[in-house]
Amino acid sequence: MNQAEFTSSCPIPIRQYPRVLLAHGGGGKLMHDLLEKMFFAAFGEAPPSGRHDSAVLDFPTGRLAFTTDSYVVRPIIFPGGDIGSMAVHGTVNDLAMSGARPLWLSAAFILEEGLPMETLWGVVSSMRDAAARSGVRIVTGDTKVVDKGKGDGLFINTAGIGIIEHSQVIAPGRVQAGDAVLVSGDLARHGMAIMSVREGLEFQSRIESDSAPVSGLVLKILAAGLELHCLRDLTRGGLSGALNEIAEAAKRRIVIEENAVPVREDVHAACELLGLDPLHVACEGRFVAFVPPKDADQALAIMRQDETSAGRIGRVEAGDPPLVVLKSAIGASRILDMPSGEQLPRIC
Amino acid sequence: MKYLDEYRDAAKAREYARQIARVTTRPWAIMEICGGQTHAIVKFGIDELLPQSITLIHGPGCPVCVTPLECIDKAIEIAARPGTIFCSFGDMLRVPGSALDLLSVKAGGGDVRIVYSPIDAVKIAAQNPAREVVFFAVGFETTAPATAMAVHQAAEQGVKNFSMLVAHVLVPPAMQALLSSPDCRVQGFLAAGHVCAVMGCAEYGPIAAKYRVPIVVTGFEPLDLLQGVLMCVRQLEEGRAEVENQYARVVRLEGNEHARQLVRQVFEIAPRKWRGIGEIPASGLRLRSQYESLDAVKRFGLADHDTAESAECLSGLVLQGRIKPAECPAFGKGCSPEHPLGAPMVSSEGACAAYYRYRSRDPEPALTHKS
Repeated sequence: MNQAEFTSSCPIPIRQYPRVLLAHGGGGKLMHDLLEKMFFAAFGEAPPSGRHDSAVLDFPTGRLAFTTDSYVVRPIIFPGGDIGSMAVHGTVNDLAMSGARPLWLSAAFILEEGLPMETLWGVVSSMRDAAARSGVRIVTGDTKVVDKGKGDGLFINTAGIGIIEHSQVIAPGRVQAGDAVLVSGDLARHGMAIMSVREGLEFQSRIESDSAPVSGLVLKILAAGLELHCLRDLTRGGLSGALNEIAEAAKRRIVIEENAVPVREDVHAACELLGLDPLHVACEGRFVAFVPPKDADQALAIMRQDETSAGRIGRVEAGDPPLVVLKSAIGASRILDMPSGEQLPRIC
Repeated sequence: MKYLDEYRDAAKAREYARQIARVTTRPWAIMEICGGQTHAIVKFGIDELLPQSITLIHGPGCPVCVTPLECIDKAIEIAARPGTIFCSFGDMLRVPGSALDLLSVKAGGGDVRIVYSPIDAVKIAAQNPAREVVFFAVGFETTAPATAMAVHQAAEQGVKNFSMLVAHVLVPPAMQALLSSPDCRVQGFLAAGHVCAVMGCAEYGPIAAKYRVPIVVTGFEPLDLLQGVLMCVRQLEEGRAEVENQYARVVRLEGNEHARQLVRQVFEIAPRKWRGIGEIPASGLRLRSQYESLDAVKRFGLADHDTAESAECLSGLVLQGRIKPAECPAFGKGCSPEHPLGAPMVSSEGACAAYYRYRSRDPEPALTHKS
């Protein structure tokens, strides 16, 4: 089926089955229909190797980056995205953090019996769009259906392969004293968008997830010939989680200016309301970059072409033990610690 | 952010600090009551800006921290009952009971849900008529009106499967208990602004007069706290012991009469045990007899058990302001937010958690607290 034949509604004959049945994972006709009418329809035909147990792909010369991630987000659909777009962006972004150009993804679905077929189609369509936006192809996949009550609607695992077309090593070990710390845009939107629709915590807001691919931006910075010492996407644990991991791995001290950290006003307000620190809250389309001082201004300028809220938030210093220090809004210093466990809203 | 950034201005903060230094002629020990204030002080490094002679003592105003162990154990017992939906503020889930915490009950299959308002628990009960829904009603005078509203709504809508485990506590009796102790070092108080927004300031006059302590009703932002300290130090230096209102943009002297009336209709004052401190007379709220059917302890026939705190955990002394968190031998060793021995290491308002998160591992003097 080609692109022009896509429809926005759930494809026939799946509509004869408004909900996912165990048989959709059973290897018979229903599963065949599901693959044919939903997954191949959305993700395109099999690679030149044809439909087979594995995709066979021509790999360009160079180093490859390989990553995998599983997605269990609740609710499945949230303001600014859904589990499908997130499963594509998340894995694409993990590849981008090595400076790789993402090429191919796998997509494995664990579906709970009874999942509305329309919901699945919505998620699959959103994966198709996210893959197109990110410049990757979904070339292999898997579907399993579990009994009602044994899953939570829908889980997705994606793995990704990308090619590294430059000679830099982008890793925590390369972080040096003097490096500038840049963030690619305002923080905490994804986590607060999810929080605003989570059962029991709903509050009215216009906060949408920042879920988006960042590979294009990273490749643009590399294409400008700039040096990047380390990149890290700001998912679970938010900025403080990422910085603490890097400080630890690089054996360096990272000093952040609280006032320089970009957080949108409504996001900040929602965090204040729930007693959460925006620096601990997850993003899905933001990363932190450690850039040598000579290239920092230019890297920031490129980031700002995509996202005006990108900012320079601090620097790396020598220092033992490795830790993250935050210069507070009123000018005093404190540790910025890694969050412990799940972010729990406070009482009053 | 408007109405927030103005109260986090670095230049104004330094100016307040200079004024405090100017008026201070000798050492003073001031207690901030509320755990939210403690966190702001440690998070923003406000105590670093103060002269060495001003000591801030962290008070017991953390509802999670003072909820007695027996009560946590009862919550765990209810949450583990098959078919029950147990609703709680998020902060309570990690608080250790004598054997487990609520998160472990959830991991073991219990239906434990985080709610932000007690009203949401009533909604969950209405949506699940075949299941018992229990709300864990903790907090000070700030959360009591919302709990009272939940009781009203449940009664009005005839939601029969809703009940609550009540552990509400009151601030002024705890201040009196601290001041009555022979070990008390507190010379002045920053009272909790949000509590006063509900209750007003009338209760504090007699305390200020009886114990000769200045009490300044104070907000939660850096400039609020610095101004509160300045007002308190001025009173101490001038030998005054009055109730003053720093947080006038939120707190009216008479408080919120509607909210108070709602609380009075639903609750009556009762003695209450505070974790780490012991029983304080007239320091808690319990459901009035006409709402007794909503009392989860009675509904499920829960018995009182004797429970003992971990001997290693000195959180009682921390809650009374007698030691700083880092002076506890377990601090950062046997006790951390991931493996807490006591509640103050868990709560986002607990003093131990504040010190652990913002100070514990830094060797530089600029980042460690003054002793």
